[in-house]
Amino acid sequence: MAVSRRKFLRIGATSACVLVAARLLDREVFAASDTRGSLDLRKLSNKDAACIAALATAVLKGALPDDPAARLVAINEVVVAFDRTVAGLLPAVQTEMQELLSLLTFAVTRRLVADESKPWDQASEQDVSDFVDRWRQSRFALLQQGYQALVRVIMACWYGNPLSWGTIGYSGPPFGKELGLL
Amino acid sequence: MSESSVKDPIRIALADQTRNWRVTDGTRLTGDLNIECDVVIVGSGAGGGTAAEILTQAGLKVVMIEEGPFKSSSDFRMRERDAYPQLYQESAGRQTKDKGITILQGRAVGGSTTVNWTSSFRTPPATLKHWRDVWGLADYTEDALAPWFEKMEARLSIAPWPVAPNENNDILRRGCDKLGIHAAAIRRNVKGCWNLGYCGMGCPTNAKQSMLVTTIPEALDRGMTLIHSARVEKLISRYGRITSLVARGMAADGVGVNTEAGPHRIFVTARHFVLAGGAINSPGLMLRSRLADPYNTLGKRTFLHPSPVSAAIMDEKVEAFTGAPQSIYSDHFLDTMPHDGPVGFKLEAPPIHPILAGITLQGFGENHAVWMKRLPHMHVAIALLRDGFHPQSTGGQVAIRNDGSPVLDYRISDYLWAGMRHSLLVMAEVQFAAGAKIVMPMHEDAKPYRNWLDAKRALEVMTMQTLRTRVASAHVMGGCTMGADPRTSVTRSDGRHHQLENLWIFDGSVFPTSIGANPQLSIYAMVARNATRLAELVKPPVQMSA
Repeated sequence: MAVSRRKFLRIGATSACVLVAARLLDREVFAASDTRGSLDLRKLSNKDAACIAALATAVLKGALPDDPAARLVAINEVVVAFDRTVAGLLPAVQTEMQELLSLLTFAVTRRLVADESKPWDQASEQDVSDFVDRWRQSRFALLQQGYQALVRVIMACWYGNPLSWGTIGYSGPPFGKELGLL
Repeated sequence: MSESSVKDPIRIALADQTRNWRVTDGTRLTGDLNIECDVVIVGSGAGGGTAAEILTQAGLKVVMIEEGPFKSSSDFRMRERDAYPQLYQESAGRQTKDKGITILQGRAVGGSTTVNWTSSFRTPPATLKHWRDVWGLADYTEDALAPWFEKMEARLSIAPWPVAPNENNDILRRGCDKLGIHAAAIRRNVKGCWNLGYCGMGCPTNAKQSMLVTTIPEALDRGMTLIHSARVEKLISRYGRITSLVARGMAADGVGVNTEAGPHRIFVTARHFVLAGGAINSPGLMLRSRLADPYNTLGKRTFLHPSPVSAAIMDEKVEAFTGAPQSIYSDHFLDTMPHDGPVGFKLEAPPIHPILAGITLQGFGENHAVWMKRLPHMHVAIALLRDGFHPQSTGGQVAIRNDGSPVLDYRISDYLWAGMRHSLLVMAEVQFAAGAKIVMPMHEDAKPYRNWLDAKRALEVMTMQTLRTRVASAHVMGGCTMGADPRTSVTRSDGRHHQLENLWIFDGSVFPTSIGANPQLSIYAMVARNATRLAELVKPPVQMSA
């Protein structure tokens, strides 16, 4: 089921103050309780990173390595690349992306727009996949835009990474030796 | 690291004291700059580069300002994840306001010519006729433009490509042949091309005759000042003239202007101002500067050649990531579709590299992964819709966000959606005719189809809608329409602004419609003519001898 119209209007009506609250809380309350801090992130909070990691696992199902250790490395590299991608966006577009992430990581709005009751790092892969598909099929342009933005960036972050090339039969840039690339 | 067998002409020239290139990096300003010149050019792509060479050859003192970085062959390492943030507007993720169309536009010294796929077409005669008939552009005849096309074709080594097309393009040719649709070879602006397939990430061998390796080095040798990594924020106008412009150096990450190193600004006063930032940034700068726009025409009629995409799986390997990216096209659905009827389109094939494929294929998870694993067998066709010729195709509008950045609002009309459906049908039919085992139109609702009839039935009823249908664009045109009537246009036929007498627009933003072909050669020839006129007008001041 897609987000209902009533629910969506509720989001619309309260989005401004909720967003402000979400971003304030993000910084002031949750920042202190963050324990995951191993990744070098410029723009994403650790909560954002957990959300992107969960999304990447579902979005890249069938594409990531099977080996658990290699898989973790791959997901972390996608998260860091996502962070760099956000940093490279136009400031106006960066703000849109950060609002989207706040919406997804703040518990109240996460339940409202994503129908996701658990924090992202505790959600099952199926739950996350269902959420992504709800947004994909949504009749609301805003949610479709959110779906496309998240999936596009995750795809770009993974398929730009040489770790992904082996399984898709891409041999990488040619003439590495002649062009001094090795 | 091994040493490259390719010489980097830009790094060599920069290191050579005798060449005396005047190049300023906007990220490294240590104070304000005040510059005076004859002509200042904003932007360094097809329009800016062509103008720079002609104006410096005429002995004028020229300053060129480019927002992107000065990168050259040693920096071009054929990796999408490095090239897109470095060389493209908004990391190759620029989109229309409703996110419905993704726009590939260059942002580096050389502009889009540094990253384009080298396809070179003269402006189609039917387009020129439409411009004469509807827009009063009497001097846009094939005969009048022929010498300018010849000049630029010679300058940029534009010639038939003697090498066999790569498989991705040959499939397009074979499919068209089977259906009795005329297809032909594309001319390319290359010299000694290695046939690598990485034109879109900057040519690592300097074979592509972009502005970066042709006109800009020539202009620098003739004393032009190049300021790169600097964004022009505002043009100042007074009494019907532009008096100066203000630019700011970019921050080291190239994303925004440098706000930390102090308010360093670049002030340029000039006799003439040339805008060549491309058809979103040029009108954007003019809107931001609140220039005269008495008939509210500025930023209107912006066109994209909006392009739907169709993927196919072949038995044999295609490896569309290798070989000249574009070498075959078909104009059948332009030539047989009059301007006043349903929209026509040009068929081409794009290169397929992992990021481009990953972000364009619909869906996610296992369905998406399965397609990515067939990358070496994937063929992709695109259809460039000829927008701007019909009353129901009036283009988009450039507006300014609160922070001053430009954004294009382009709504796809029902008229264009009908053309999208038509072209998706045609592409699927061509792909099956060439032997495709599976065809998948790039649309969130599409499924893999195993034969033409299934694809046809599905496409005939598929909802054509923004965000569900994948639409891409690599050609932004219009927004500063040239025309005879100031009430419906922004510039005269020579690119000169109707109201501001020393402001000239020398890029694709003056086109009153889309071109109906990849636009680089149209820009080169038109700007060569217009810049020559400007040079004649602005003779260098006579030096008084003692």
